[in-house]
Amino acid sequence: MLSKHRFLFEELVKRDFDRKYKGSFFGAAWSVLNPLLTLLIMRVVFGHFFGSAIPHFTTYLFCGTVVFNFFAESSSEGLMALISNAPIFTKVNVPKYLFLLSKNMQTLINFAITLSVFFLFCAIDGIVFTWKFLALIYPIIMLLVFNLGVGFLLSALYVFFRDMQYLWAVMTQFLLYVSAVFYSIDTFSDRVRNAFLLNPIYLFIRYSRKVVIDSAIPSPGFHVLMAADTLAVLLLGIWVYRKYDTEFLYYI
Amino acid sequence: MPVLTCDHVSVRYKVGDFRNIGLKETVMRKLKGCYRVEEFWADRDITFSLERGDMLGIIGTNGAGKSTLLKAVSGIMSPSGGRVEHEGNISALLELASGFDPDLSIRRNAYLRGAMLGYTREFMDEKYEEIIDFAELRSFEDRSFKQLSTGMQSRLAFSIASLVQPDILILDEVLSVGDGAFAKKSEEKMREILRGGATTILVSHSLDQVRELCNKVLWLHQGRQIDFGETGAICDRYQTFLHGEIVL
Repeated sequence: MLSKHRFLFEELVKRDFDRKYKGSFFGAAWSVLNPLLTLLIMRVVFGHFFGSAIPHFTTYLFCGTVVFNFFAESSSEGLMALISNAPIFTKVNVPKYLFLLSKNMQTLINFAITLSVFFLFCAIDGIVFTWKFLALIYPIIMLLVFNLGVGFLLSALYVFFRDMQYLWAVMTQFLLYVSAVFYSIDTFSDRVRNAFLLNPIYLFIRYSRKVVIDSAIPSPGFHVLMAADTLAVLLLGIWVYRKYDTEFLYYI
Repeated sequence: MPVLTCDHVSVRYKVGDFRNIGLKETVMRKLKGCYRVEEFWADRDITFSLERGDMLGIIGTNGAGKSTLLKAVSGIMSPSGGRVEHEGNISALLELASGFDPDLSIRRNAYLRGAMLGYTREFMDEKYEEIIDFAELRSFEDRSFKQLSTGMQSRLAFSIASLVQPDILILDEVLSVGDGAFAKKSEEKMREILRGGATTILVSHSLDQVRELCNKVLWLHQGRQIDFGETGAICDRYQTFLHGEIVL
């Protein structure tokens, strides 16, 4: 399946990458600049409130933004994946999911670039690199799959329901505030802290902080919870996408 | 043994349902009591089959369901009812200019478009020079796609699309493109593909063209199949219908 469409997939990824930075002076350098500027702003704004209470606050913050931005970018790009390519698949018989995969590939590349800057910052912040860092592969793969699931769901819904774009922007904003990106939940009551575990985005962020800052690997239960969330979102996304797959054409 | 069979193919669009008009309109209309979903059959019960080497002309006035039927046959759209069965690979040239990116170079666009048509990278590497020469765009190679004139864009599109020798070829009014000289060249190229034995479906508003090229004709009117069969007799009837001498 993939080998047959590999050529198209590669060309779509290249096209999406060029499109994203077309006409901008810094071009692909924005992949690095953007997360750094976000980090800088958050460091300045929230450092005053939480900086002294949270050890390695810069790294703490960076863990949150790198995960959250990967999710936010993938989901908002995924939302547009079908609609922005409608002129193509209404005239040529191509597998439509390729457009979503291509967008996700592009955000994955961005994420990888950010991640290397992240490790550089960790070193500057005095983080000790251990073999436990290898465990980060798990949440990264899970987040990638999670993003795909959200992308399937959103891209399908957006075809029928154009308000989705605005709803999702609000939803993303909401998720940013409830994912403990720039604050710590340690001072909250047990009940509230457990409630945070219901938020899959928080799980990804927490996992990365555990490994990077605490040099510890989360419990097996934590892994299972993350896998369950990811699988549930992927299956829901694919189910909705497939349900409407043949109907997209009637509404574009 | 038919190469292509359409068995009671129907395509239905829904007009005015929730997904068509959005949340606010739906609520508003429900409150006013005027919410209703209308069904619109772009094609209804279309049945025909083609043998190897057949050339089918689809005729009918605007809104007859010709383009929708082509989409169903080429697999872009799946029919709401009925079945389409075919053997071999289908090449559908519906709107040649779709799928190009205005900001990319000609080369990148050629590869992108080729990939969409199911070519391989090796095939494009091999044929790229030929495409540019045929499209006569050698001196424009460094430009981006949007800097080409419309005629040049369709020349490039045609050159990429006409590389194949498909088993089944589907054409929506694209027998030739471009200005005088290129129009002649492209039509010759298309006729060469047709002579190669491809089973072809052609939508055309030129009845002369249909009479000349096609051995079978499918006549559609407002989504319904009026007739299917030998070219001569159906074209004669269609002509009298166009002159208003018969009413359907």
